[in-house]
Amino acid sequence: MAKDQPQLDTSPHVSDEVRKTTCYMCACRCGINVHMKEGKVAYIEGNRDHPVNRGVLCAKGSAGIMQVNAPSRLRAPLKRVGPRGSGEFEEISWDEALEIATGWLKPLRETAPEKLAFFTGRDQSQSFTGLWAQSFGTPNYAAHGGFCSVNMAAAGIYTMGGAFWEFGQPDWDHTKLFLLFGVAEDHDSNPIKMGIGKIKERGARMIGVNPIRSGYNAVADDWIGITPGTDGLLIMALIHELMKAGKVDLDYLAQFTNAACLIDSDPNSDSHGLLLKDSEGQPQVIDRRTGQVAPWNGEGVQPDLSATDRHAGITHRPVFHAMAERFLDPQWAPDAVAGKTGISADRIRALAAELARVAFDEAIELDRAWTDFRGVTHPKMIGRPVSMHAMRGISAHSNGFQTARALHTLQILLGSVETPGGMRFKPPYPKPHTAHPKPHCKVTPGAALDGPHLGYPQGPEDLCLTETGGPARIDKAFSWDNPLSAHGMMHMVISNAHAGDPYRIDTLFLYMANMSWNSSMNTRQTMHMLTDTDENGDYVIPRIIYSDAYSSEMVAYADLVLPDTTYLERHDCISLLDRPICEADAVADAIRWPVVDPDRDVRAFQSVLCDLGARLNLPGFVTEDGSQLYADYADYMTNHIRRPGIGPLAGWRVGEHGLQHGRGAPNAGQIDSYIRNGGFWMEHIPEGAAYYKPFNSAYQDWAVQMGFYDSPQPYIFSLYSEPLRRLQLAAEGTGAHQPPEHLRARLQTHMDPLPFWFEPLGDETAEGYPLHALTQRPMAMYHSWGSQNAWLRQIHGVNPLYVPTKIWKAQGFAEGDWAVVISPAGSITVPVAHMAALNENTVWTWNAIGKRKGAWALDADAPEATKGYLLNHLIHELLPEKGDGMRWSNSDPVTGQAAWFDLRVKIAKSPAPQEAQPAFGSVGSPVPDATETLAWKVGK
Amino acid sequence: MHPAPSVILFTSLSGLGFGLLVWLGLGVLAPTGWVAFVFFTIAYLLAVGGLMASTFHLGHPERALKAFTQWRTSWLSREAWASVAALVLMALYGAGLVFFASRWAVLGYLGAALSLLTVITTSMIYAQMRTVPRWNNPTTPAMFLSYSLAGGALLAGEVTIAIWLLTIAVVAQVAHWVVGDRALAGSGTTIASATGLGDRGAVRSFEPPHTGTNYLMDEFIHVVGRKHRVTLRAIALISGLLMPSLILLAGVGHLLAAVAVLLHLVGVFASRWLFFAEAEHVVGLYYGKR
Amino acid sequence: MTALPETTDRKLGLVIDLDTCVGCHACVISCKGWNTENYGAPLADTDPYGADPSGTYLNRVHSYEIQPNDGPAQLVHFPKSCLHCEDAPCVTVCPTGASYKRSEDGIVLVNEQDCIGCGLCAWACPYGAREMDPAAGVMKKCTLCVDRIYNENLPEEDREPACVRTCPAGARHFGDFADPDSHVSKLTADRGGMDLMPEQGTKPVNQYLPPRARDAQMQPPALKPVAEDAKGFVGWLDKALSRVGGG
Ligand SMILES: Nc1nc2c(c(=O)[nH]1)N[C@H]1C(S)=C(S)[C@@H](COP(=O)(O)OP(=O)(O)OC[C@H]3O[C@@H](n4cnc5c(=O)[nH]c(N)nc54)[C@H](O)[C@@H]3O)O[C@H]1N2
Ligand SMILES: Nc1nc2c(c(=O)[nH]1)N[C@H]1C(S)=C(S)[C@@H](COP(=O)(O)OP(=O)(O)OC[C@H]3O[C@@H](n4cnc5c(=O)[nH]c(N)nc54)[C@H](O)[C@@H]3O)O[C@H]1N2
Ligand code: SF4
Ligand code: SF4
Ligand code: SF4
Ligand code: SF4
Ligand code: SF4
Ligand SMILES: [Mo]
Repeated sequence: MAKDQPQLDTSPHVSDEVRKTTCYMCACRCGINVHMKEGKVAYIEGNRDHPVNRGVLCAKGSAGIMQVNAPSRLRAPLKRVGPRGSGEFEEISWDEALEIATGWLKPLRETAPEKLAFFTGRDQSQSFTGLWAQSFGTPNYAAHGGFCSVNMAAAGIYTMGGAFWEFGQPDWDHTKLFLLFGVAEDHDSNPIKMGIGKIKERGARMIGVNPIRSGYNAVADDWIGITPGTDGLLIMALIHELMKAGKVDLDYLAQFTNAACLIDSDPNSDSHGLLLKDSEGQPQVIDRRTGQVAPWNGEGVQPDLSATDRHAGITHRPVFHAMAERFLDPQWAPDAVAGKTGISADRIRALAAELARVAFDEAIELDRAWTDFRGVTHPKMIGRPVSMHAMRGISAHSNGFQTARALHTLQILLGSVETPGGMRFKPPYPKPHTAHPKPHCKVTPGAALDGPHLGYPQGPEDLCLTETGGPARIDKAFSWDNPLSAHGMMHMVISNAHAGDPYRIDTLFLYMANMSWNSSMNTRQTMHMLTDTDENGDYVIPRIIYSDAYSSEMVAYADLVLPDTTYLERHDCISLLDRPICEADAVADAIRWPVVDPDRDVRAFQSVLCDLGARLNLPGFVTEDGSQLYADYADYMTNHIRRPGIGPLAGWRVGEHGLQHGRGAPNAGQIDSYIRNGGFWMEHIPEGAAYYKPFNSAYQDWAVQMGFYDSPQPYIFSLYSEPLRRLQLAAEGTGAHQPPEHLRARLQTHMDPLPFWFEPLGDETAEGYPLHALTQRPMAMYHSWGSQNAWLRQIHGVNPLYVPTKIWKAQGFAEGDWAVVISPAGSITVPVAHMAALNENTVWTWNAIGKRKGAWALDADAPEATKGYLLNHLIHELLPEKGDGMRWSNSDPVTGQAAWFDLRVKIAKSPAPQEAQPAFGSVGSPVPDATETLAWKVGK
Repeated sequence: MHPAPSVILFTSLSGLGFGLLVWLGLGVLAPTGWVAFVFFTIAYLLAVGGLMASTFHLGHPERALKAFTQWRTSWLSREAWASVAALVLMALYGAGLVFFASRWAVLGYLGAALSLLTVITTSMIYAQMRTVPRWNNPTTPAMFLSYSLAGGALLAGEVTIAIWLLTIAVVAQVAHWVVGDRALAGSGTTIASATGLGDRGAVRSFEPPHTGTNYLMDEFIHVVGRKHRVTLRAIALISGLLMPSLILLAGVGHLLAAVAVLLHLVGVFASRWLFFAEAEHVVGLYYGKR
Repeated sequence: MTALPETTDRKLGLVIDLDTCVGCHACVISCKGWNTENYGAPLADTDPYGADPSGTYLNRVHSYEIQPNDGPAQLVHFPKSCLHCEDAPCVTVCPTGASYKRSEDGIVLVNEQDCIGCGLCAWACPYGAREMDPAAGVMKKCTLCVDRIYNENLPEEDREPACVRTCPAGARHFGDFADPDSHVSKLTADRGGMDLMPEQGTKPVNQYLPPRARDAQMQPPALKPVAEDAKGFVGWLDKALSRVGGG
């Protein structure tokens, strides 16, 4: 070393201690190493051993320090003293808060439990909050899935018993071609980035299908800048091309899908379109060995994809025939769809040919023998190395369910689901729709609900209806309006409660959802509904209880605020009973534990529910002698038993011969074991069980041993979806359960058992609104809650509306210009910016950057409040009145998924206003003002 | 570049001060007693005042002494030495004139040389910056020197020299603008070379790294309006250089001379404000700004 | 002192892969997190919750749009931190010797005890890699995590820069460019690593890997129809199945 160089200590003290827990700066739930100095959080990095992130960490995760020290953190329970929406509160004690809540809820439970509507946001404890709601007895419970991506979840479960979202992932290590449809970030934030990194490293190809070429799509080798809402068309055309060329995996289709299952094809029979079943209710195929009908899963049966059967005077033909008719129809030919999709027919043909080339000419084989549920042993695992992933770009459209179904059909035709190089499920998936619970809604005052709220209806008889056939739930989920709304319809709760349709409620209890702002459509109207009063001056929604950890926009609209802890201050349970964190090769669950103690009078929400549950004397929350059963959430995590041997956490349970994983009795030391292991538990899937999981007996046995289900559940993929057909059949007039007349036609069209494409429902009334308007997740922001973070808000403090070159020129826009953007539902005035790598009829902005003045402990003149804005003002939860004089909800007719991305607008240059419009007055802040400068260092 | 008042004051005033010292040192005027005292006081007020001003923009003025250590490589360090040396020698030299009415010539010549060197080092701090093409050429030292000597001559009341040097300053100043206006384009540094992506097509900054501002943008990105620039350039030329010459040509009285000096000072400030405000740092390319 | 070392024993630096960077800003924040807690003064933010937040970051991610003559526009995410130049102008301009380039590994550092905050080094850096801290009044820059890469208090595997460790896409690589067999040297050779602003003559150590060609039209063999409609398809199917033999 040069003598006049300063002496440098290159081994400074890093931290006194590292505490390993789970990140919650978003729902990806990576493992983090929290470095502590003098009991304070000094640095956060990724946990290298963790299955989700393998040591990496995203911007949000690394900014966790600024979250747990954010000035916006609520400090104590709040009781509203000013009018609703004013943000005027007084801080009260927890005893008073819980007394108030009990006083409101107890009478409801004894007389009319449904008058409590309990909805939770990106809740990661749904199996717990759901249990609480069930014990309370209200049918009105759901989490955020309805406005999130239920189309993706439902289409996946009904088709394949697993979905994209965070339930499935490409086989990153083997795939040779990766197609990404409509994803900016997804819940699997880090895993997808890691996967793309792996693909790039191996020199494999990636194709991005997205109107916007940013983020993942910017690094894609090819970009297909599709017209929003038309992916279904593109996919149908790809299937059309592949079938026409016979480039489908016949072997796979015959063995592992219901393509060979026989359907009643007699229009006059009552079971028209339903699967032929034997006395055990097993779908029937024709066994190529005998030419006779046989159960699909019979020993050694070789299903015939083509042979038909005449049975009791009725012709039955295989699903595959119906598929040929559907997909070979000329309306799906590339030339027919090129115009609408904005993709040339040649490009579509080339894409189809490329899929076929990679799937079949570049097929891979793993030398792993495996045995299927028919007892047939396969010497190798054949792989079709084409993988796909999709999220809200597909699902947040009113045609998202059928589009997602089409996408899964494409994957399955190529034989690339659960095969090497294709898409793989993460335990506890795969799990067929038949193995999921059905929705329950039977209310008994003073008693628990008759079963879990959410599930997968198999037909009309499973819907949640009143005697008169009307919706039983406040959000109208599982009604004829949206029969398969598997995640509920949180986005309809406030407007339905305000309208008293289907009935009035008393208390709206919300947790972790910013419903007066970025998670609501038609935000201004929503704020009005929350504050509206009736003729006697009482609030139309009488009572609102809300739990948040921070000073969000929603806080101001609550009568009672239950302040939560931050994610580093509490116990949490990332359970296999909820949304798992598993990888395709391993089952895993995880915990959070208090790595720092709260410095405020706040309590973990789940622990508060344990207390409240006991005060309300809810079954499952009190002991025989009526005292509180679970001291807190940690106690529940350890001691709750869901099914014999199954609890919230699968690791380190007590078995006959000491500790074991999966099944077992509660273990008092369980949480300590998790902490010692880095905050998570993981067990790898045996090699021979790693692929073909739904059909692979090795996997099925392992899954039973792990406790995912109590007996093997082998199944085949539902290319043809019988539950949909059952609903369609009802709509055609068959059966005891009949829909209301005004819904018949719509149900007949949309409950199609085979995928198809239709124009997004909003388009009909979008005449004169030529542009599509979208939002994207910024990778460095999490919805509304990133802006309180001093480090992150400097990256995304404003959100210009990005305008494609064609419109930019036509409007004569220049840098720094503003524009008024008008939709059928409203208008906003916002700053614009030019983007060339963008579909020529699409404008977009970053999601949830705009903030309400006074919220989040930001100054009222913060750019988020003066230049930032939401597109939500332009999106209505109801579609404009149509010919039929009705206002349909702005959602998918099958699942009720909110159709955020159907939004159509027109745009015009505007003089720069004082602030982005609409601008709202400032809400009072329940927290003190923030500091002037920040120079963060906890160590000396 | 951001036109920081402290730096504008510093370069303008110390330039004048050291310019005057040069003439005093050379003995072009060799006042003694009170007259000498007045001249030297003016010179030192300007020179030292300027130097003081320059410390205002330091994050740690208390450590200013450390700036003497790197004279081998750093022009700023050299400026520190040159200025101090010049001020010390010229102080002795001045003392001779004021108190002993005797002119120690050698000392004077040395002091003058060092004063000149000080101005050169100052100009080289800017001229060395490859990152600022407008500065990175000989017109920068030429301009600093001519301004400084002309101003000094004006203060010294050396009419003929002043007129000549003011004329030279006009040339240097105009040259600096002409060369400077083409400098960035000529430097070969573009958004294409900055990103290495130029061979693929037209490169444009899409999103800045942060929507908020930062030190780099505040310090290096400053856009001068066209109208603004024209007026200021006119002021620099007319008030700073032409008017003073004309006044001097018109023949002197002390009052007029004072007016000429003031006009010159105004011009110098305008010139220096532009010197910084017009200068484009290449880092602006990364931000799609110049 | 601010004379540059004749040569350095090693040339430590980063390779940034522009083909893989998804622009997630993870490296930006992990850098901020590590460096505010460690080397020298914290990285301050002024008006952090107000109208005009502005903070010190040692690494920032730009994004650029490229419009080719033909074909759709492309977007490139572009992380930028100190490139630890061999001919570092930021060092030689420094009057105090606070800025220096280490002779053992070539890392360019600021010794904050000696820094008077004159800002000249930031002027001299063409890349905008130096930022004056508003609170501490000293110059801040990427330290190449000199307090991590040799840190005996960290497990071996963690002795790499924070930004490299955290990058989810694996778009950042750390190593010794003086060693031709090092991972970073190989990557640079194989992928045509490039200097930024070569004409500035700074000889940057950090190398940027250009994005691979985009939208290179797929030309797979065209698909040959076996049928035009469902009827034809079933016909083909029967033939095909009889060929396949036992399901
Ligand atoms: N950093 C960060 N991560 C997050 C979140 C966050 O806020 N921040 N939020 C989490 C949540 S709640 C969710 S639901 C997930 C959502 O994750 P994503 O599914 O990635 O959701 P979006 O960001 O809305 O991205 C939608 C994408 O679809 C594209 N798109 C829109 N319409 C169409 C279309 O018709 N066709 C195609 N092909 N593309 C289309 C848009 O351009 C955009 O790129 O992200 C989760 N992860
Ligand atoms: N225009 C448009 N709107 C959209 C979308 C879109 O793509 N475009 N996406 C939709 C989708 S998919 C979703 S999921 C929603 C998301 O919208 P929201 O569900 O509203 O999500 P956040 O904005 O993150 O709000 C969550 C609330 O939880 C609070 N919170 C954070 N951490 C904690 C905690 O630990 N405890 C408690 N009790 N509270 C906490 C936050 O302060 C915040 O108030 O937005 C929807 N809205
Ligand atoms: S993706 Fe980022 S924010 Fe989400 S959990 Fe992982 S590290 Fe935390
Ligand atoms: S972390 Fe990696 S991918 Fe993300 S911006 Fe930085 S370099 Fe790019
Ligand atoms: S990048 Fe800038 S700061 Fe870093 S060494 Fe090069 S010139 Fe100096
Ligand atoms: S700011 Fe500090 S490091 Fe930079 S040149 Fe001045 S003294 Fe040297
Ligand atoms: S090497 Fe260290 S200091 Fe440099 S950018 Fe990466 S994290 Fe920041
Ligand atoms: Mo979501």
